[in-house]
Formats: sequence, C-alpha cells, structure tokens
Amino acid sequence: MIGKEKALRLLKRVIHGSRADQTEALLLTEDSSLTRFTGSAVHQHVAEKNGTLILRVVLGKRIAVVTTNDLRTSSLKDLLHQAISLAKVQLPKEDFVSLPGPRSMPDVRTFSDSIRRLTPGYKVTLIRELGILAHERGFRTSGAFSHGQVEVAIVNSLGVEGYQEYSDLFLHLVVDDGMNTGYASFVSRDAESLEVERLANEAMEKASRSEPIWIEPGEYETILEPYAVSELLSFLGTLGFHALAVQEGRSFLCDQLGKKMVDPRVTIYDDGLDPNGLQVPFDFEGVPKQRVTFFDAGVARAVTHDSLTAGKEGKLSTGHGLIAPNPEGPIPINLFMKGGESSLEEMIQSTRKGIYVTRFHYTNVVEPMKAVITGMTRDGTFLIEDGEIKQPIKNLRFTESILRALSRVSAVSAERRLTSEGTVYSRRFMTGTVTPAIKVDGFHFSGISSL
Amino acid sequence: MKNILENVIDSAKVKGVDYADIRVVRRQWQDIDIKNGNVEALTHNEELGFGIRVLFHGAWGFACSSKVNAREMEAVLKKALTIARASGKARNDKIHFHPIPAVVDRYRTPITLDPLGVPVETKLNLLLTAEGILRKNERVKISEAFMGSYKTEKTFASTEGSYIEQELVECGAGISATAIEGGEIQVRSYPNSFRGNFATQGYEWIEALALGSHAERVGQEAEQLLSAKRCPSGTTTLILDSSQLALQVHESVGHPIELDRILGTEASYAGTSFVKPEMVGPFRYGSDKVNITADATFPGGLGTFGYDDEGIRAQKIPILSQGILVNLLTSRETAHHLHRESNGTMRADGWNRIPLIRMTNINLEPGEWTLEQMIADTDEGLFLATNRSWSIDDKRINFQFGTEIGWEIRNGKLGAMVKNPTYTGITPHFWNSCDAVGNKDHWQMWGTPNCGKGEPGQVAHVGHGTAPARFRNVQVGVMKQG
Repeated sequence: MIGKEKALRLLKRVIHGSRADQTEALLLTEDSSLTRFTGSAVHQHVAEKNGTLILRVVLGKRIAVVTTNDLRTSSLKDLLHQAISLAKVQLPKEDFVSLPGPRSMPDVRTFSDSIRRLTPGYKVTLIRELGILAHERGFRTSGAFSHGQVEVAIVNSLGVEGYQEYSDLFLHLVVDDGMNTGYASFVSRDAESLEVERLANEAMEKASRSEPIWIEPGEYETILEPYAVSELLSFLGTLGFHALAVQEGRSFLCDQLGKKMVDPRVTIYDDGLDPNGLQVPFDFEGVPKQRVTFFDAGVARAVTHDSLTAGKEGKLSTGHGLIAPNPEGPIPINLFMKGGESSLEEMIQSTRKGIYVTRFHYTNVVEPMKAVITGMTRDGTFLIEDGEIKQPIKNLRFTESILRALSRVSAVSAERRLTSEGTVYSRRFMTGTVTPAIKVDGFHFSGISSL
Repeated sequence: MKNILENVIDSAKVKGVDYADIRVVRRQWQDIDIKNGNVEALTHNEELGFGIRVLFHGAWGFACSSKVNAREMEAVLKKALTIARASGKARNDKIHFHPIPAVVDRYRTPITLDPLGVPVETKLNLLLTAEGILRKNERVKISEAFMGSYKTEKTFASTEGSYIEQELVECGAGISATAIEGGEIQVRSYPNSFRGNFATQGYEWIEALALGSHAERVGQEAEQLLSAKRCPSGTTTLILDSSQLALQVHESVGHPIELDRILGTEASYAGTSFVKPEMVGPFRYGSDKVNITADATFPGGLGTFGYDDEGIRAQKIPILSQGILVNLLTSRETAHHLHRESNGTMRADGWNRIPLIRMTNINLEPGEWTLEQMIADTDEGLFLATNRSWSIDDKRINFQFGTEIGWEIRNGKLGAMVKNPTYTGITPHFWNSCDAVGNKDHWQMWGTPNCGKGEPGQVAHVGHGTAPARFRNVQVGVMKQG
C-alpha cells in the first residue's frame, strides 16, 4: 500500500508534466493473497504485490491510453511521452466531449483493519477447521480463500481528485462426499464477519446423502438461490443495462424505457453507496456513484453512463466508468434486486413439482437481444415434489431468456444475500451483487449431465 | 540480471528448500479496437515483475512483486517460505516433484516483422480499410476491427541450475459485422470470432490474414442472417468448420485431459473431469477417425514455446490415437500418476501467477476427406461455422455451442442459410460419432488467446489445429422458440 498522500502526489506529478489538452491518471495498487485447497489440503498458496498506472491523454479529440507497473519517476516521464506520441497518430473521436469535471466525493469507509489478521498461518488454520468440520460428516473440502488490500487513486487535469482504500475477502467452498457436492461462499470487507462453521454447514446441507436421480429436461417451476439470481443480473448488466448497448442498438432496453418488461415483483438497480453491498464511492473516472434503477416494479427505467456515453447525450455520467479505454461500456458493478415478501420455505411449500437450484456453472450468451443464456446447474440441485425437497438430481443444462424468466417470477424472498463472482483476472477489484431467492413459474432445462 | 537471480537461488538453497524457481517476466502489448469508423481503443501496456515458487517443508509457496531488485527478491523469497511453511500444516500427501537435469538455453519466436515495431499508422490504416468496407452495408450497425500485438520476455532460474531465457512474440487481428434489425442481432466475423486469429508469428501473419479481402462477404453474410430461417430442432448429421471445431476440441478434449484438473485442483472453480488416470490406455474417447496431439513445437502455433515454466522442453505428444486415450497433459508433480515424466505443459500467465497445466497446441490431426466430399456424402444435415457461444458442465460432459452461421445440407449439397444455430452433446458420445475428418488441405491452426483457468484467474494463449469434420446423430436447434 502506498498511502493517500504519496499516491496523489505521484499522480499530480504526472498530470502537471503532461502537455496534453486533458490528462487522467489512475493508480491501482494491490497487496493480496489466495489460498486454494482441495481434498481438504492446501495445494496452492500465493501472494502478490503490484501497482499499475493507467494514463489517458487527450489531444483535441484524439485519445490514447498507456499503462505501466513501473512507478519510478524516470519511467513516468517516458510514459507521458509515449502516450502523447500515440495520441498524435490517433484519429479524432468525434463524439468525445470531455473527461469529467470534479464533483463532491462521498465519504464512505471501505477498509477494515481486520483484514490484516489474515496471515498465511491464520488462513490455513481456518481452512483446516473447515476440513475438520466437513470430515466429521464424511465430506472433503475444496475451495479458495482470497483476500486483498487495494488502493484506487485518480487525478485528472480538470480537477478530479479521489483516493480510496478497499479491503476484501472472499471464501468459497465445495464439499464432496463422492456422490454429491454442495456449495457456499462468503464475501465481505470485514474479516471479523466470517463464520467458518456456518459456511461449512450451509455447504454440507446442500450435499444430500442419496444418489442423484435422472429427470427429464423440460420446463419446470424453479427456485433459484441468490447465487443463481446474481448470475442472471450480471448478464443483464453486461448485455443491456448500460448506455453503450442502447446507443449501439443492441440492448434489450432499446425503445423500452417506460414499458413493463418483467413481473412487477422485480426491481433491479445499481447502487455503489448501499451499505448492504460492497460499497464503491466513485468510478474509475473519479465520478461519484449514482443510484440507477433498471427495472422498477417491472418497468424499464434507466441505464448507466460513463463520461463518454453521457457526453453523446448531453447528460452527466452516473459514475459507472470502468478502467480506460473501456470499449465495453459503463457496465454496472454494484447490482441489487429488491427483496419481496416470501421466504425460501414458502416457495418450496408452494411448488407441486419443480427444481431447486443452488448455483449455475459456465453460463454464456446465446441470443443477446432476448437475453437468452445457457449454462449448467451445480453443487446442490434438487427435485421438489408436493411442497418438499425430495432428492438430489443430476445436473441440468438450462437455455432460457432471463427476461422471460423474470416475467414469470411468482415469489421473491424477503431475505437477500451479498454474493460475489470472486474470481479475479488481471487487476484485483472485488465486486458483489445483493439478491433474494426467486421462484420462476416455468424455467427451461434443455439437457442433462450424464454419461 | 543473471547474478541477481543466481544469488536469490543460492539464498533459497541455504534456507533449505527442496526446490525453488524464479521467473522474471516483462510483457509489452498493444491493442487497437476500431468501431464504426472510430478508434475506440489505442493502448500500449507494459509490465515487469518476478515470482518465486518454493517447495519447502513439503508444501508449495509462491510470492511475487513488481519491484525487480535484489532486496525485494530476498523479501519475496522469505514471504514464499512463510507461505509454504503455513501450507505445510494442511497437507495430506507427499508431493512428488520429479527432478530434471539443468537446462541452460535460449528460445526466441522466429519472426520476420516485429509487430510492436510496425508504426501504429500502418496498423490503423489496415484496420480502418477493412472496417470501412464492412460499414458500407447499411444494415450493419456495428462494424469492428481488432488487432493485438504481444511480446513476452522471460527468464527462468531454478535450484537445479537451469537458466532459460525466452522471448515470445504473438499477434493477431480480425473483423466483425453486427447487423441489427427488428430486435435481432446477427454477427459475422473473419477470420474467427472474439477478436480474430492469433499466432506466435510476426506482423507478416496479420498481413497474410488479408482482412480487407473478406470484409465484403462478412458484411453481406451478417445482413443475410437477419432474414435467414431459424436453425431447425432435431437430431441430425453435423459438419463443423475448422474454426468451430477448434473450440470443440478446446472445451471437450483440451480441458478434460489436464491432469491437475483430473486430480481436483480446480474442483471449486472450473470443476473436475470425467477422465481418470486409469482411463489412459483402454478408454475409447472418440472414433478411430479421431487422432489428437498436443504439440508445443508447431511453428507459429499460439501455444508454441521453447520451454514450459518448469524448465521442460516443448514437445509433441499423442493424446488420442485412433480414438483411444493414450496420454494426458502433465507436470513434474503430477506425471507420476501415469508412471511417466512431465510432458512440459506448465505455463504461467505472467510474473504474478504460478504455472498450471495448460493446453499447448491441441490438434485434431488431418484425415482423408475434402470438405466438398464430406458434404456430397451427406444426405441431410447442417454445416455450421464460426463460434458464437459455448458452455460445458463442471465435469466436461454436457456441452452446448452456438455458431454464427449455418447451412442446411440436402442430398449432398449446401442449401439454405440458417441463423442462431446451436448444438449440444455428451463429450465421448459426440467424439465417437465422428466418421470423417478433413485432409491437410483443409487443416488450419487457430489461436485462442482467452483460455481462463485458476484462482486467481489466469489467461493462457493456446492453439488448435483442425480441419472440418462430420458427426452423426447430434442434437441441434436447442433454443425454445418464442
């Protein structure tokens, strides 16, 4: 960790040295570790320290981005020179208006000192504890326990200035008795909130003792746990909840704002400041996060913007800029679905014949405009009959439109849960989704996993 | 550099490691994304760092840093040892790490034109020319062109005395046209979807792709797909073009044969495999038409290198021999499960990741047929081309793919174009239904630069050489209508 003063000083030095019309300097640092285990033993255990500077320069309307993890002063001079040289050979981006100007930053605490207690020895102790709890009931464990300290600092030549420290931990666990598997995961900024025994019990309750049976694929009443619901929301976020997808004509929200698209029980929004999620006070352009509601009681309402998409429409950024150059658009990263009035028990009791899904695996897009995705169920999939969970079933493949599924929601749980993808590729920045469980009256399963 | 690395290796030995290695990796890469006549991204990236891996007190530890100097290396070594010591308290089995003789060598990707040395203006001109042709079609609402250029310099040193320097060069490019109308999106790409085709070659590779020559057809096909008939549902004969088959090989052969995955190292993330070590030898994975090799030496293959990240020389090995599983992808720690030595597939994504077993170039060897013969020999079926969607379960059994485009085959001739083609299957059943493989005239190497695995996540660049092939009794048209 570099610290606020040093980080901002470094970035300001870069900005002041720039001859570009506009300049943005973003610094991301990481001090992280991940402990992986399988067969109840630690098999991979790694630690990383890194810092990356992302420099965006604008000459008129010509934009170039250069990055480096060499933060020495001499290197930064070369970096500026390289960025300007690249921008000079660029074509002007005619719809570019401006990098964002300064706005008041929310004061949110996103770092917990408790993260420092996660030493290699302490994490291994917790993993051993998980293994012992599981072994007592005939299970072996596999999973990953990751934690990190991240700094995000941003300065631009228009006066934007922001610094934030983040702590995060993510632990996910699969238990296996040779016949069935069960899953549980935990994400937080505060290590004190981790309860290992509770996590182990949750996963073990999903791994039923009986042989999974084969059932015919088809359309079923289906209960989706928060892990599965969060995946549906993430796809909606990438495919259509942002302005670039709408401006390019490829979002399911095109020409639909103000219209009812899904069941009135469904309200989905993005809010970086909601304390129930993993709070993120400002985006990677230094713009404070605004709450944006996508579906409000089933009606399509709004999309997220960054400075580029907002500039095209004469609007202000909603604070959803990702790391430059970001050709993917202002994809939301703090998704929420509003809770309802039901409970998991009530949903199960109301199901005559249906499927209970803990989570999905390897989901992918099939038809983007209809938000049709496919994937598999995994780690706790059950047959419900006459209001009771009867037995585990072999994992099923689903191919379904998320919009169609959300149009058929018949119950939403009051209780919600913070979950995370957890996996970090490239630069570490943990994000989370807060979702309830939902019941869908008619979810299409197209295949089964069986030799 | 050599002195510094040798000093830290000596320090590791003094501290009593069973084994240690250090990799210093410098990467440079440049990405250009063109969309609708605008250069949406023009980026140049560099990173440098080192990682130290130790086997100590019966367990692995790894630590890394971006500060490449002697003092930091010593600190990182201590951290790696602390991690290993902690991990040793939660180990079950002894780690078998097969020793090898020291290797001192250098490897460089043979190239003619350094892709990072070509002026940006030249690249922009090439891409904008091709993308401009796409845009002439009015129903193409999003026209795109991409190019990526990469150089990786790595130095590997180990307590066994190995010292290996490698310089790997890669590049690739592609175009795509997205037609949008009436709430429908259709995409056509060349030479492949998801940013194009990549190779360990110089800029001459990109020039040879001749993006501009294909742009008109790509735009036309995207438009035609809007009004094409939907892919029918049912069970039929399928011929896959070589680019789609590359991903089929990747997901349903390449990943299931990674021995670390088989042994459970990815159980909580990407999953395991239906393949077991004892299947090597007797298991019929595919029909006798199916011959698959893993070849890290293939010139220009995206998965080609000099040495893996454990100091094992690149090699070519058979995986499926006339359909029978004869080998797996192994490492120095896992190969003993097959009573063999490592076949050199441990690869790390940069300085800040540990090596994992990864595909190299996993190739379906050519057969006897021309594509024309295959089609002429098919009464009824579908010919599908260019991947659009992919998904497989956590044991690599049930898969589902979608392609950009397809054509009906009736009475030995290509017929109507179909849109939104999908097909699904069960891995060994699918490969056993293969009854024809294209010959070497139709065989092509494809580079997949986005293979994900591991926690923290790693991206590997891998290759797949394939020719079109035919499969019988495949379920197609998976999507529910409406």
